[in-house]
Amino acid sequence: MTKTVQTSGSAIRRSETITAWLFSSPAIILLLVFLAIPFLMAIYLSFTDQRLIPNPNLPTQVVGLRNFIRLVDDEAFLRGILNNFYFVLVVVPIQTALALFLAILINQKIKGVNTYRTVYFAPVVTSMVVVAVIWTFLYNPAGMINSFIRVLSFGTLGPYNWLQDTKLVFPAIMLLSVWQGVGFQMIIYLAGLQEIPSDMYEAAEVDGANKWHQFINITWPLLRNTTIFVVITTTILAFRLFDQVKVMTNGGPQNASMTTIVYVIEQGWGQLKVGYASAISVVFFIIVLVISLLQRRVLREERVVD
Amino acid sequence: MTTSTATHSTGYRIRSGLRSVLNYLVMTLLAFFFIFPIWFMLVSSVKTNELQITADMSKLSAFIPYGELGLDNYYEVFAQMEFGRLMFNSTFIMLATVLLGLLINSMIAYALARLDYTGRGVVLGVVVALIIVPFEAIAIPLLMLVNNLPWFGGATTWLDSYHVQIIPFIADAFSIFLFYQFFINIPKELEEAALVDGASKLRIYWSIILPLSKPIFATVAILQALANWNRFMWPLMVTRGVDYRPLTVGMQTFFGQDPRIWGDLLAFASMITIPVLIIFLIFQKWFVQSVASTGIKG
Repeated sequence: MTKTVQTSGSAIRRSETITAWLFSSPAIILLLVFLAIPFLMAIYLSFTDQRLIPNPNLPTQVVGLRNFIRLVDDEAFLRGILNNFYFVLVVVPIQTALALFLAILINQKIKGVNTYRTVYFAPVVTSMVVVAVIWTFLYNPAGMINSFIRVLSFGTLGPYNWLQDTKLVFPAIMLLSVWQGVGFQMIIYLAGLQEIPSDMYEAAEVDGANKWHQFINITWPLLRNTTIFVVITTTILAFRLFDQVKVMTNGGPQNASMTTIVYVIEQGWGQLKVGYASAISVVFFIIVLVISLLQRRVLREERVVD
Repeated sequence: MTTSTATHSTGYRIRSGLRSVLNYLVMTLLAFFFIFPIWFMLVSSVKTNELQITADMSKLSAFIPYGELGLDNYYEVFAQMEFGRLMFNSTFIMLATVLLGLLINSMIAYALARLDYTGRGVVLGVVVALIIVPFEAIAIPLLMLVNNLPWFGGATTWLDSYHVQIIPFIADAFSIFLFYQFFINIPKELEEAALVDGASKLRIYWSIILPLSKPIFATVAILQALANWNRFMWPLMVTRGVDYRPLTVGMQTFFGQDPRIWGDLLAFASMITIPVLIIFLIFQKWFVQSVASTGIKG
């Protein structure tokens, strides 16, 4: 014990630095090798014609911006990007609104509310591949979804061939994506709702504000940060869209359900064009980066205003 | 509102009664929307007559277990492919990734939160920056990288193995961030007492920090377990046969075979889903807390 007292401050700091690096190095090495290096590789490879299995007679060459120039004329790629924006435009508002609505419902102090929460959340723990298989069956031309539509429209609409119709296939994928994902955002909203002090509502009630006024004047403004978070994460998830499309349609028919990531994997893994796929990955990353930076900026402004 | 709230009028009571009925009606309709595909899967999977499944698929009878019922579809899945092997692969890969991840990610987070060392700021900055790199952006270069990595015993590629599905996913920037946020909020005094007693940092981490941090370990474990159990794109690219393939890829392969036997497919789907649903029902509170905690970043 006396030794510790005698050692100088800098020696303690040095030993702390050694311990800290011992604690940190496994994670740092893994993050470097399997995240940072592939990331830098993506940037470099996007300027080359690298193939997954190189042809020994045709060495890999640096081709400058050729991959990016090709992207501009690549209809499948453009379709993929457009579809991702289409997905964001439709799914983000619907999923956010539905998540908030569900969160308000399950935040009520009434009997049986936990059972409802369990049910709304159950799709989140269901694997997307499984979800895709079930919904393919439901979307069968002679299947359940067409039956619902027939009954609701008194026999005037349908049947539709959901997954073979170029106009319907992507909305069909949107529906099951909302079904699977909304429970996650619901819980995030629920956490936000539970932070709002209940006496604020009591005070509003005394003042004679009805439920709608309470929502507009208390709930919505106080959930602003939660809403920003939910919108941004849902947007990023929308750009990462892959599993359900891969299983159900593989981007078809005629690229109608193509997405950026389905195309990355098709080019890089399916056709072994690593250079070209890397160029698409870089574009994809820039989009995600811009969205993330936007989020940080909006949230920082909020703090400044406060 | 001049009417006193203590003595509600009959009109008020009827209105609030109606509102309550309406409330439950809306909640129940939504519950049907979220449960019907899962219920449809479970019910169809025990209908052993394939003709009945396809005849029922547009009717309400699809939701009613009737007719020839049994586990035949489940047996057929086992007869057609090595389902047990797929289940083992998924479980093993998930457990290995989660357990190693808990150890490694919590250790670096502890160093970042509690130790004053040279380079700390840089490491923290890099970890936070890496959170926004989505796996999809690096999947193809990573595929190229692991394709050319050596392994013990002279192998020159990582493709078609367990470790190719485990090692790249152990370290996780977001998990580190969640641990870090938890550790910086643990009162320092708890450690200082131990420091005076001459305990090493490793000992403090092990016997003081770990026992206090059960909630965050549960949170990260659940998020990582779900992510790894459901992982699909990566194993699709790096596995060739059934030997190292997880359930998700097995499901997709099974789904791609012609002709599609829906009874078998839905039995397969049920077997992937049921264990997770059971675990979810048991640890529901933890699941909800885990998901809620992902919302506090930023």
